[in-house]
Amino acid sequence: MGSQGGFGQSKEFLDLVKSIGETRSKSEEDRIILREIETIKRRILEPDIPRRKMKEYIIRLVYVEMLGHDASFGYIHAVKMAHDENLLHKRTGYLAVTLFLNEDHDLIILIVNTIQKDLKSDNYLVVFSALNAVCRLINEETIPAVLPQVVELLGHQKEAVRKKAIMTLHRFYQKSPSTVSHLISNFRKKLSDNDSGVMGASLYPLFDLITIDVKSYKDLVASFIKLLKILGLLGNGDKHASGQMYNVVGDLIRKCDASSNIGNAVLYECICCVASIYPSTKLLEATAEVIAKFLKNDNHNLKYMGIDVLGRLIKLSPDVTEQHQLAVIDCLEDLDDTLKRKTFELLHKMTKSSNVEVIVDGMIDYMTSINDFHYKIEIASRCVELAEQFAPSNHWFILTMNRIFEHAGDIVDIKVAHNLMRLIAKGFGGDHESADSQLRSYAVESYLHIVTEPKLPSAFLQVICWVLGEFGTADGNYSASNISGKLRDVAEAYSSDETVKAYAITALTKIYAFEITSGRKMDILPECQSLFEELAASRSADLQQRAYEFRTVVHLEAHAVKSIMPFDVSCEDIEVDITLPFLNSYVQQSLQNGAQPYIPEEQRSGTIDISNISNQVSRESSMHALKFEAYELPKLPAPSRPPLPVSNISTELVPVPEQSYSIREANTYPSIPSVSTSGPPELKLRLEGIQKKWGRPSYSSSPPSSSGVSPSTASEISQVESAASLSSRPQDNYKDLKKAEVKIAPEKQKLAASLFGDSSKSNKTTGTRHNTSRSDTLSIDKSTGSRSSVAPCCRDENSSSTTS
Amino acid sequence: MIHFVLLVSRQGKVRLTKWYSPYSQKERTKVIRELTGLILTRGLKLCNFVEWRGYKVVYKRYASLYFCMCIDQDDNELEVLEIIHHYVETLDRYFGSVCELDLIFNFHKAYYILDELLLAGELQEPSKKIVARLIAGQDSLVEAAKEEANSISNIIAQATK
Repeated sequence: MGSQGGFGQSKEFLDLVKSIGETRSKSEEDRIILREIETIKRRILEPDIPRRKMKEYIIRLVYVEMLGHDASFGYIHAVKMAHDENLLHKRTGYLAVTLFLNEDHDLIILIVNTIQKDLKSDNYLVVFSALNAVCRLINEETIPAVLPQVVELLGHQKEAVRKKAIMTLHRFYQKSPSTVSHLISNFRKKLSDNDSGVMGASLYPLFDLITIDVKSYKDLVASFIKLLKILGLLGNGDKHASGQMYNVVGDLIRKCDASSNIGNAVLYECICCVASIYPSTKLLEATAEVIAKFLKNDNHNLKYMGIDVLGRLIKLSPDVTEQHQLAVIDCLEDLDDTLKRKTFELLHKMTKSSNVEVIVDGMIDYMTSINDFHYKIEIASRCVELAEQFAPSNHWFILTMNRIFEHAGDIVDIKVAHNLMRLIAKGFGGDHESADSQLRSYAVESYLHIVTEPKLPSAFLQVICWVLGEFGTADGNYSASNISGKLRDVAEAYSSDETVKAYAITALTKIYAFEITSGRKMDILPECQSLFEELAASRSADLQQRAYEFRTVVHLEAHAVKSIMPFDVSCEDIEVDITLPFLNSYVQQSLQNGAQPYIPEEQRSGTIDISNISNQVSRESSMHALKFEAYELPKLPAPSRPPLPVSNISTELVPVPEQSYSIREANTYPSIPSVSTSGPPELKLRLEGIQKKWGRPSYSSSPPSSSGVSPSTASEISQVESAASLSSRPQDNYKDLKKAEVKIAPEKQKLAASLFGDSSKSNKTTGTRHNTSRSDTLSIDKSTGSRSSVAPCCRDENSSSTTS
Repeated sequence: MIHFVLLVSRQGKVRLTKWYSPYSQKERTKVIRELTGLILTRGLKLCNFVEWRGYKVVYKRYASLYFCMCIDQDDNELEVLEIIHHYVETLDRYFGSVCELDLIFNFHKAYYILDELLLAGELQEPSKKIVARLIAGQDSLVEAAKEEANSISNIIAQATK
C-alpha cells in the first residue's frame, strides 16, 4: 500500500519510524510521537495538500494511533480519503477508517454512502475494501442500508468476493439475527458453491444458525452427504486424517435421527465413510449397532442398505456378518429381486473355501433365471472367479464349469475356456497321476453326455472337443469310433462355427493318431472320410489345412505318428534347436549340387526387408536407393542352376519372380535370397508372368519349370509336394502340428500360472517367444520347399494365433 | 448423478420425463419401455431400488404415479428417495394437494419446478420456500405479460376497426 517504505515516502516518515525504533524509553517515544502529531496537525490544516501527501499523513496518523495516541483530528480526512477515486488512496482511506472509527462513531454516516457506492463498483478490489469496512463498521442501524448490495455480491464472479460477502453476512447475523433470517437459503446455496473457500466460509454462518435450530436444516443434509463422501475419500488409508474424523463421524452417527428417511441416508453414508477410512474399534461397534437396526427393520429399503453395508465392512471385520446370518439368509430367499442380488454380492465377498460350493451353486441357479444380460455377465464371471479360487475338489470344479458354460458360455471370456483346458491337461499341480487321470476320465465322461445336447455355446464346445481329442481314448472306456463319431456329429451340427469345427477336426486327428500309435488298426469311419473330403475343399484355409494334416498323418506309419503326436504333451514345451541339425545332411547335399550357401541377413547387401523397416532405414542410409549399374540380362531359369547369385545387387530387381521359382525347386537354394519376401513369402500369390504394379520394378519372367517336383496340375502340386516333403521330413509336420497345440498351451499356462502360482511360468513364457521366433527362422531357413510346406507353417502361426 | 427422471402412471402412461444424460430418441423409448415393465410389476413391499443395466433406479409410488430416478452405482439411494419426496412436496405446495390430474394439465409447470430443483443431475435447491417463491414470481410475470398482450391487442383491434 505504499506504507512499507516504498516509493513516495518522505524522508520524514522514515525518520519517524527509525527514531521510534531506536528509542530506549517510553517517555522518549512519547516525545517523538507528540512532536509528530504537532507536525501533522499543522500540515494537515493547510488548504491544498496533494493527495499523495495526504495519504502519507494519514498513514502516519495510523502509525501514531497504533502506538496509542489519539489522532482524532485526522479522522475526517481519512473519511474524505476513502471517498477518493484513486484505488490506492481509497484503500488507505478505508484502512484508516476501519482503524480509527468504530461503529458508534458519528462519522459512520458519512462513510455509509461511500461504502454503498463502492459496493456497486466494478473493480473488485474496491469492493473488497468496501466489504472489509462493512465488516468492521456496520452496526444494527446501518445494516439495512448495505444489505441489498451485499446480498447481490453473493453471486459475484470472483469467489473471493463471494467469500467476503458471506463473512459479511455472517457478521450481520451476529449483530442482529432478524435482519438476515431470510437469507438463510443463500447460505445453503453457498454451501454447495464450487469454490471450497466459499463453501468453507458458508459453513460458519450455517453453523451458527444450525446450533440454534436444527430441525429446519434437515434438507441441508444433501450437502452433508457429499461432505461425508469427501471425508471418506480423504480418510481412505490415511491414518492421521481418519483420526481427525472419528469424533465427527461418531457424533453424527449418534445424533442422527433414525426414524426419518433422510436420517437413515446420513447414517448409511457415515458407515460408508467409516468403512473406507482407517478403522477404529469404537466406530466399528457403533456401525454394527446401526447395521443391526437396519437389518431388523421391516422396511426393505433399510434391509438393502444393511446388506450393502455388511458387504463393505466384511473386509474390516469378518465376524460382523456372523451375527446377522439369519437376516442375510432371509434376504436371500426374499422375493425381492434387488435384495437377492445384493445378498449375492455380499456372499461373493465372503466366500471362503468352506462355503464356496453352496454359494456358487446358488449363484448359478440364480444366473439361469435372470434375463438381464449385463448382470448375467457379471454374475457368471463372479462364479468362475470363485470356482477357480476356492474349488474344493476337481470333480466339483468340472461340474460347476460345465454348468456355467452351458448357461453362459457365450458371454464368458474365452480365456476361461482355455484355462479349463489347461487345467484338465495339467491337473491341479503336483504328481497325483491317478487323480489326474481320474479327473480326465470324469471330464471325458461328462462331456460325452453333454455333447449330444443341442445348442451348446461355442466356447464350451471347443473345450469339449479338445478334451475328447486329447483324453477320449486314454482310459480305454470308450472306443475310438464312438468318440470320433461323436466328434463328427459335432462338426456337422455346428457347421457354421469354424472354430468349433477346427477343434473337432484336430480332435479327430488326435484320436486317430493315438490309435495308430498304439498299434490298433482302425478304419476311418465313412462319415469321417466324407467330412474330411468336404473340408479339404473348404473355403477356410484353416480347416483345409487341418484336413490335409489329418490325411497325411493317417497315412504315416506308427512310429512317425508317435513322434508327431505323442500322448499328453499339450503342456510340454517344444524343444527346437535353432540350428536345425536334422537338415544338415540335406544342406550338404544341396551345396554339393552347386547351390549357394546361405548368407545371413546381416551380410546381404542390396536387400530390403519389408518386415523390419527399422533395419531398412539404417541400411538404406548405407547404400543407394537407386541403382547405377546396368541391369543384368534376364536369365532363363535353368532347372538346376539358376544363376543369379545372391550377392548381386540386382536381386533388388527381381525379388518376386526369383522367389517364386526358387522356392518351387526342391533342390536349390538353401536360402531364400531376398529377405524382403521371406517375411510373408508363403502368403504370396502365384505371380508368374504378372507384372507387379507396385514395389520394386520387376520384369515378368516366364513361368519357371520346377524340376525337382513333378507338376502336373496346379492343384496337385501342393498336395504332392506336401506328401513328398512330408515323407522326407516328418519332423516339419511335427513342428507344424505341434505349433498348433503349443500355441494354445503356453497361453493357458500363463493364465493358469497366474491363478495357481505355477513356478514353471517363466519357462513357458520364454517358450512362447522362442516358438514365434523360431518359426520365423524356420520359414527363412527352409531350403526347399514346397511352398505349401512353408505355407502351412505360416498359416499355422496365423490360425493358431487366432485360436489361442 | 441422476441420469433421468421418469414419471409413469400405473397404467404405464408417461407423465413426465427429464434426461440429464445423452440418450437418443430410440434409446429413450427403449429405456422407458424396459423400466415401466420392470417397475410396474413390482410388489408393494419390495425394495424401492432396482438394479438395471449397471445403474440403480430408485422409484416411489405416490397414489397412482410412479416417480423414478436413475442414479449411478455409487450414489446414496436413500438420498434420492428423499429428493423424490422433496419434489413431490414442492409440487404439493404449489398446486395445493396435488393429484395426477394437475400434472396432466399443468405438466409445463411441473417441468419448471423440476428444473428449479435439479440441475445437471444434482440437487441444486433444497429449500421449498425459495422454489415456491420463484415459481410464483414466474407466474406473475406470465400474468403481467398476458395482460399486456390483451391490452395491446385490444388497442390494435380498436385501431384497425
